[in-house]
This record gives sequence, structure tokens and C-alpha cells, in this order.
Amino acid sequence: MATVTATEPTVAARPEPAQTPEQGEHGWLRWVRLIPLFIGALVFILPFYYMVVSALQKDPNPNISGAFPNPNKLSLDNLVNINNAISLPRTLLNSGLFTGGVLLATLVFGVLAGYALAQLHFRGRQVVFYTMILLLVMPFQLLIIPLYVLIARNFGLADTLLGMILPFAINPTAVFIFRQFFLQLPKDMFEAARIDGASELTILTRVVLPLTRPAILTALLITFIGPWNEFLWPFLITKKLSLQPLAVALANFISTSAQRGPNPYGAILAGATVLAVPVIILFLIFQRRFVESSIGSAVKG
Amino acid sequence: MAVSAPAPAGARRPRLQTLLGEQPIGYLFVAPFVIFLIAIYAYPFFYSIYMSFYDYFFAAPGAVVDRPFVGLANYTRAVQDPLFHIALRNVVIFLLINVPVTVVVAMVLATALNAAIPLRSFFRAAYYVPYVTASVAAVSIWLWLFGGPGLVNKVSGPLAPNPTWLVNAFWVMPIIALYVTWKGLGLYILLYLAALQNIAKELYEAASVDGAGRIRSFLVVTVPGLRPATLLVVITSVITGANLFTEPYLLTGGGGPDNQSVSPVFLLYRQGIEQNHPGYAAAMGLLLVLGVLIVSAINRFVLERE
Repeated sequence: MATVTATEPTVAARPEPAQTPEQGEHGWLRWVRLIPLFIGALVFILPFYYMVVSALQKDPNPNISGAFPNPNKLSLDNLVNINNAISLPRTLLNSGLFTGGVLLATLVFGVLAGYALAQLHFRGRQVVFYTMILLLVMPFQLLIIPLYVLIARNFGLADTLLGMILPFAINPTAVFIFRQFFLQLPKDMFEAARIDGASELTILTRVVLPLTRPAILTALLITFIGPWNEFLWPFLITKKLSLQPLAVALANFISTSAQRGPNPYGAILAGATVLAVPVIILFLIFQRRFVESSIGSAVKG
Repeated sequence: MAVSAPAPAGARRPRLQTLLGEQPIGYLFVAPFVIFLIAIYAYPFFYSIYMSFYDYFFAAPGAVVDRPFVGLANYTRAVQDPLFHIALRNVVIFLLINVPVTVVVAMVLATALNAAIPLRSFFRAAYYVPYVTASVAAVSIWLWLFGGPGLVNKVSGPLAPNPTWLVNAFWVMPIIALYVTWKGLGLYILLYLAALQNIAKELYEAASVDGAGRIRSFLVVTVPGLRPATLLVVITSVITGANLFTEPYLLTGGGGPDNQSVSPVFLLYRQGIEQNHPGYAAAMGLLLVLGVLIVSAINRFVLERE
């Protein structure tokens, strides 16, 4: 699923001139437009606000008044409770190692592949490219059984970091984005560098990468979200508590929470907040970059 | 690396280059990725075809066990399995809710966003937040909202169904479908927003020359112009519906109530890993791949007929 849809942020990266058929409309219409937009924003964002305020209440109040707690009564008890149950530093470290391994492999091998697919001429290049496109449509989850049999059983990589990283190691969507951006670079630039005697690796690291930093960042952000949020695969491969990423440890906490007393939601929501916040912050920082670059290119014409 | 050095006009090694291409070092660059694709996608795919014809099961590493060839037995079993039928029915329920809600809401919000309005980037970011959030975290919020003692029951009071939402056989799939729609909508809003940029302005001008009002031009120009994006919604909805896992596992406590919220991938997990019938699970998985391919083909056909 993620592989199919994650190409989108490149769309967002493109400048979007606000050219519409309705340009130059009356002032009141502009405000009418804002109503559905505001309702939409509330529906999308309020649950996250509710998550945070509920997590900060020692015994989360499910009534409407629970959404507006007395600021003096907020506490970090739930954070302490979830930390006692699933050790946040350790699970966060595991999430970080899993995500970091994927990012590193995608950055090194994905950039190389993207460059070769975009700017190097060799026999079979089109075959590799179209195979990649074909595979992007194939939902990864449907391969989960054979992958599990191969990686966990046949290769004995259950409960290892390597086993966790392998299926995600090189994000094909990122390779696709790298290729699209490297394609846009002027051909003459490569010819000139080659005539100067630069090797392809030098061209890639000294010329191409500095010019395509935003594309690299976009692709890496998309790649980051994948393993950080992934649940099914690490859930299958890690039975040892000491290796579980936060998403898996929290899910196990939730599925056994019925035995944890009447109101386990405070601790669950505290864990959910810790899991969600890093990605949301990264996204918001990145979103601003997008907007700035859109405005910048719009101004330049 | 020497191979890749540029050959000034009339160099001595054009033969290798005509055979392999101008920059054979490309093979080296692309090799790790190709190995990855083979190891993680191609080989497991063929391995699952192999497994699906056997009564495959896990054994201790190195143990020699007899895994008998069973022909099409795994496939006939899947076709007759009532749980597999429920899982497929759930994909259909999911599709019937997810597609219309996504298309209508995403189209309206994208059209509203596609103008010089204040707070544009705020809205865009807000819609995208659920999409980037881990499903385990988002499911936690919905558990809290829709759980027995949750806010939704407090607000809906006597209107709340009994048994409550997530353990109610009728409501459980609609809630899952709404949850997934909510989580993924931001992506489609941005897709529609991008698609709106590709509709030629002249079409709107022509429509207004023909006397079309704002709503009419939305229906005759915008909606058809967004058709490729809409077809994408349909195909991803089928794939998403088949691949639900976190939702039946966490939100409804293991496909409950009484297996009414099982998804195909959840069944794969239960049969293939929990109950040690990977051969059977592989057969179900391949039937699903076939289903996804058929849907993609139909999608392609409809798209190219235009």
C-alpha cells in the first residue's frame, strides 16, 4: 500500500500556482470556501489534540469535559506507566535502528540505482526500470508469508535487526523519485563532466547530489515514515521484547491491555503520542520547506 | 571505474560499449537494487507459488521433514473457506464506503483548496497529518474514541448501538472503513489538487461561454477531468481493503466480533503463521494477487478507453 501511494509528496513539491477558473471571485465566496476547509481541518486534527490531552490526564475522562482539562491537573503519570511497561528508550532506539538502517541502505544503494536508471546508458536499463514499476504495484503484505518463511525460518534471521531491515532495505518509491529528479538535470552537464574526465561516481557525488538535495530529502522523508510506522513485519519477526520497535511493543501492550485494569487508555495514548510526535514534527518542518520552495518558484515565474 | 572513463572520439574500445551500452558501470550501480528486487519480491513470489502446492509447515531449522505435494488442495480449500468469503465480503464493504467518501470529500476539499485562500498551507498540512501517523498510534485514538466508555458513546447517548461500535457485527466494518478513509484522505486531497492543475483553463472558459454556471462547470469539467485520480482511488481502495492488518488485529481485537472484521491479510497471518499452514496462506495470497491484477487490468482498460 505505502509503496503505491507514497509517490505523492513530489506532487506537493511542485509549485502549485493558484490558478483556478474561479479567480477574481467575490470576497464572500472566499469565506464560504473556508467553511468546509475548517470543518475538514477539525476532523483531521482534533483527534490528535484529544490524544495528547487524554494522555496527560492521570485517569482520562471520556466525557466531553475531558477534552478541556484543568491545566493544573495534567500529569505525566501515563508516560511513566507506559515507560515501565515497554521501556520507551529501548523501543525508541529499536525504532531508530530499524529506520536508520533502511534510510542508510536507501540513500546509498537507492541513489546509485536512481542515477544509473536516469543517466547511464547500459543494456537492460529499461528492463530494470519497468520491472521496478511493476513491483511498485504489488502489495508487499501479500508476500508476507513467503518472506517470513524465507527470512525467519530458512535464513534464521528472526529476532535480528538485519531480518527486520531486509524487506525494506531499498525503498523502490525512493529510487523512482531519485530517477525522476536525476532525469531533469541537463544532459550537457553530464557530457561536460565526462569530457573533463570525471568518473561516474565523482559526477554523482560532486555534481548531481548537491544539485538535487531537496529531492533526496523528500525521498528520505517518505522512506523514514515507512519503517517508523510499520507494524506487521517487525511484529512478525521480533518476538524478543528487547528488539521490538515502539509500534510493535505498543501494539502488544494494547492487545493485552484488557487485563490491565479498568482504564488502560491513558498509558496507551501516552505511548501513541510518543510514537506519533516525531513523524508529525518532521512532517511539519518539511511541509514548510515545500511551501517556501513553491512560493519561491512562483515568484521567480 | 576505469571502464566508465569517457572515450574521446575514436577510442579503441567501442566494441564493449556497443555490447553493453555507453556506460557499463551502470550495471555495478544498479546491481544492489536488482539483487534486492529479486530477493525480496521476485524470489518470494515464486517461492509462494511453490509452497501453495504443498502441505508446507514450519519445522526446526535443519530438520528433514516430509511436506507432501497436495496439488490444488490449498486453492480449493480457500475457495470453500467461509472465513475467506467473509474476508472478501469485507473488502467489498470497505470499497463501498471508502471510495464514495474519499472521492466526494477529497474532491470538495481539493477544489476549495485550489484557490488563493488564507491558511492554505495550514489546511494542506492538517489533512496530511493522519496519513503520516503510525497506524498503531492512530488506532489507539480510535480505540479511545469508539471504545465502550469512549467519547463517541457519551456524545451519541441513546443513539449508540448495542453492542457498542467495535464489537457490533453490523458496525465494525463501517467503522474500520471510516477509520482508514480518515487516515488516508490527505493523500487523495493532494492528488486531486495536483490533478486540478492539469485541467485546461480553456475548458472552463468554453463551459462558461455555453452558459454553464459554477456548479454545472464543476460537474461537466472538473469531475471528468479528475477521472484518472478517481480511478486511482478505486484501485488503491481494493488493495488497501485486502491488506488491512493493524485494524482487525488491534482495533477489533483479532477480527472480532465473531470474525466479522477479518481481512484477507489478517487471515494470511492467522493461517500462515499462527496456525502453521503457510502453504494454505500462500494459496490465499496468490488468489489475492490475481484479484489485484484483475482489478488493475480493468482499471487500465477503463482508463485507456477514454
